[in-house]
Amino acid sequence: MTMLQFNGVHTYYGPIHVLKGVNYRVEEGEIVCLLGANGAGKTTTMKTILGLVRPTEGTVVFKGQEIGKMTPSQVVKAGIAPVPEGRRVFSRMSVSENLELGAYVRSDHKAIADDMSRVFDLFPRLKERRKQLAGLMSGGEQQMLAIGRAMMARPTLLIMDEPSMGLSPIFVERVFDTVQSINKQGVTIFMVEQNANMALTIANRGYVLQNGEVVLENDAASLLQSELVRKTYLGEAIEVS
Amino acid sequence: MNQFLQSLPDTLVQGLAIGMMYALIALGYTLVYGILELINFAHGDVFMLGGLFSWAALQHFFGAQIGANYGVLGGGTLVMAIILAFLIATVSCGGVGFVIERFAYRPLRNAPKLAPLVTAIGVSFIIENAVLVWQTGTGNMELTYPSLINQQIIPVLGLHIPSKAIIVFVTAPILMVGLLYLVGNTRMGKAMRATAQDQEAARMMGIDVNRVISFTFIVGSVLAGCAGVIYALYYNSIDYSVGFLAGLKAFTAAVLGGIGNIRGAMLGGLLVGEVESIVDSIDASQGVGLQWAEPAVFLVLMCVLIFRPTGLLGAQVVDKA
Repeated sequence: MTMLQFNGVHTYYGPIHVLKGVNYRVEEGEIVCLLGANGAGKTTTMKTILGLVRPTEGTVVFKGQEIGKMTPSQVVKAGIAPVPEGRRVFSRMSVSENLELGAYVRSDHKAIADDMSRVFDLFPRLKERRKQLAGLMSGGEQQMLAIGRAMMARPTLLIMDEPSMGLSPIFVERVFDTVQSINKQGVTIFMVEQNANMALTIANRGYVLQNGEVVLENDAASLLQSELVRKTYLGEAIEVS
Repeated sequence: MNQFLQSLPDTLVQGLAIGMMYALIALGYTLVYGILELINFAHGDVFMLGGLFSWAALQHFFGAQIGANYGVLGGGTLVMAIILAFLIATVSCGGVGFVIERFAYRPLRNAPKLAPLVTAIGVSFIIENAVLVWQTGTGNMELTYPSLINQQIIPVLGLHIPSKAIIVFVTAPILMVGLLYLVGNTRMGKAMRATAQDQEAARMMGIDVNRVISFTFIVGSVLAGCAGVIYALYYNSIDYSVGFLAGLKAFTAAVLGGIGNIRGAMLGGLLVGEVESIVDSIDASQGVGLQWAEPAVFLVLMCVLIFRPTGLLGAQVVDKA
């Protein structure tokens, strides 16, 4: 089943034309990775899925349902949860309060409590620190919290914006391990990532976005081999002939 | 000086009473600022409306008894009248707060910060002048607010507590504890704090930010409305103009405690009340005069801000992670 589909989506930030008719497709159970330089439209893609930015043209379809005109609250209820860029944990609230906010749209208290203990199993560190203010934790711990918070919404689609940004190599590895294990639990993942090498290693497929347009789309292994990705995102020297 | 020191404990008790009233108003400024970074200048007028609407309700339902008993009621009637006054203030001011936000501020949500600020000043003038028009039109230039309870001094542990202060000491702590519980423990309270810290992240959690903002205005306005009833009962009068100065002092209290900080608003309110009460009491012994109360309050504010620019407990500025 197709989980998420962008059909010729255009978006604007004020006068700036950001997405210029992009098409993405994410199948159920996949990890799909979106690569692109700063300003290419990756974060706008994430915000468009969440209903924070409205497409002016084209449709965004989630499990057969058009979500392009939904409010963020409706989108989250439909089963999409974000791990935003820069984590965006609520720094002056405790770890458990942050997790509770992840489940804001739900009202099944019993299941929420179960999910919280599941998140604590996944990240024992969060359990130890559940009374602590989120802002006092390290970047890596905050990223775990951001992921745990998103899981509290019981999403079928997790959208992650630069989950490895600003983290130490050990945490980067942990984040990608976590992403894989969440995916194995049946959660589909659509991920924006600068760390193309790591991302494409765990991803099934990927898209390369340039100036608001998809310039390349392929399975992850082929993308890793492609010249464009190698030169642009894997930092290989460009040969001047 | 002796006289001043002798009466100091009683002065502090009175300062506590008016301080709690300022604190209730200050909470509304701080709640709204915390979420929108907007100084709602119409807030003091919502406070005034709380006194006014409850006055009208008391006149309507208890007018006969109040008139016959020089404003004093007893027994079950007294309890009913007090409940009615607070209930009317709660419902009407909550409604007014909702309407102000929905129609005056929300359309300007994405406008530069000065636009809603000037609008707030405009809303303040509209409310004050509408009430003034009503007061002149109906010939009610001086509205005597019924005292409801017998004015007497109750001796407690050597202190002389005016009976009218009892109403403040009962209602204000209930409202404050209620607010702390609401913000600290309920789902809506968590949504309010999340929205105050990072509005976009709050929306990503599925929080309906517009609803949270409406709710915040309603809560702040309810507190102000109740403070209006307390004010009117305490001073036995209410008119179109009282919201301006009381609002300004409560705003000072909010800044003093650290704007955006709920406990700060409470602390600031109490401090402003005490400073005012102390300066007022010097009047009796030294002839300094009540006219020094306001300068003293602002002098304290300036001194605090020089050393702690974010207020006593610190402003809750959104910290980007």
